[in-house]
Amino acid sequence: MDVTTREIDVALLRDTIARLIVEANYNIPADILHALRDAIHREESPLGRRTLEQLVRNYEVAAAEQRPVCQDSGVAVVMLELGQDVHWTGGSMQEAVYEGVRQGTQAGYLRWSVTGDPTRMLKLSGQDTPAVIHTEIVPGADVRITFASKGFGAENASALKMFVPADGVPAITQFVLDTVDRAGANACPPIIVGVGVGGTFESAALLAKKAVLRPLDTRNARGDLRQLESELLERINQLGIGPQGFGGRVTALGVNIEVHPTHIAGLPVAVNLGCHSTRRISTTL
Amino acid sequence: MSSANELTFDNGIADADLERLRAGDSVELTGRVLSLRDASAGRLAASVHAGEPLPVSLENQILYAVGPSPAKPGQIIGSAGPTTTARMGRFLPALFNAGVRAIIGKGELHGEEMTPFLSHRGVYFGAVGGLGALLANQIASARVVAYDDLGPEALYALDIVAFPVVVIIDRRGMNFHEIARAQWRKG
Repeated sequence: MDVTTREIDVALLRDTIARLIVEANYNIPADILHALRDAIHREESPLGRRTLEQLVRNYEVAAAEQRPVCQDSGVAVVMLELGQDVHWTGGSMQEAVYEGVRQGTQAGYLRWSVTGDPTRMLKLSGQDTPAVIHTEIVPGADVRITFASKGFGAENASALKMFVPADGVPAITQFVLDTVDRAGANACPPIIVGVGVGGTFESAALLAKKAVLRPLDTRNARGDLRQLESELLERINQLGIGPQGFGGRVTALGVNIEVHPTHIAGLPVAVNLGCHSTRRISTTL
Repeated sequence: MSSANELTFDNGIADADLERLRAGDSVELTGRVLSLRDASAGRLAASVHAGEPLPVSLENQILYAVGPSPAKPGQIIGSAGPTTTARMGRFLPALFNAGVRAIIGKGELHGEEMTPFLSHRGVYFGAVGGLGALLANQIASARVVAYDDLGPEALYALDIVAFPVVVIIDRRGMNFHEIARAQWRKG
């Protein structure tokens, strides 16, 4: 037997997911709560300030009363950084994730917000698969799980476009601003903005999702991207949308940009919006 | 909430009360509302179009766009923040024709989406999205009155108490999202 292989029973994955989905929906990330409290002082609009205070109070009440912060528990997005030396036992890893979502949704009194028939017309049969799973194979024998409950108010306002190389940074900037502007109050501002640049059509979107899930208290490793993130954040906050679109200076809490090599003839740009309860939680098996 | 107007209504909202509201007013609503949701609104609108009797009267009613999470034992209702009103925009003409006077929801309504409000002199109240726990605590009772096969999308009757909202569209056709954006936009 290969001594570097680590065996993990899928039941551990299932039970971990069931725990994470409830925790994520009862307690928003500490960095977001901190950013909201901070934003109260920066907001110049009195109604905007009151709205931010209500948001903070909502999160305090939800945590204290152990109830979902928002009625929309969204779609479960499960990002797995899977150590290549891990061997799963006891059943299907994918099914364990789905079962964890089902069990946690039920145990936590979360709303079942997924349908197996996206068209609402075709009467597609088959069991609802309640999670979207992204797996990255990494060295080692750990399993790092990032779980997100992605609500669809902000998700619905997200966008992707295939630009051309000559469009460059000005086009990326304008696309982000236009996407946020078009969303307005619908994305439940103050929002978090994730931007994915490069890769391919689908990888740009995934990059944007990773970007929107990046904690607000972490900084981009690249100085030039950090600069662009700051500039974009300022320009977004100049749009004047404000908390819940009621007007003000705080429209976004952060902008995160992730970049990946792409084709010499392409410039895919994806913008994934997250609301002020962009619920995420991570753990390592 | 010292800057809020209190508005109490019984068996629908009174004309005079709607008349005095202005876009941007903060208001606390107390009274009975019905829920508004994609599936239930679709059924109601279809019945209105077909001239069929409705499961409940919409005369003078206020609808709250919400699909609550399940109630825990001992809770009146689960988390109950607003959902995006624009998704149900196409159903509003029929619902207003059947007597609806106001909508509580979340998000933008512009141009043609405002028409049902303008032509029926209705009011659009905006609740804060994501205030799931806080707003649930302002709901004194909740019961399904129709379409219970729709689960969270069923038609609920909700008694709301001091429910905080902001007037988005008033009877003069002023749109607070547009006014606020223009006021706070830089450059």
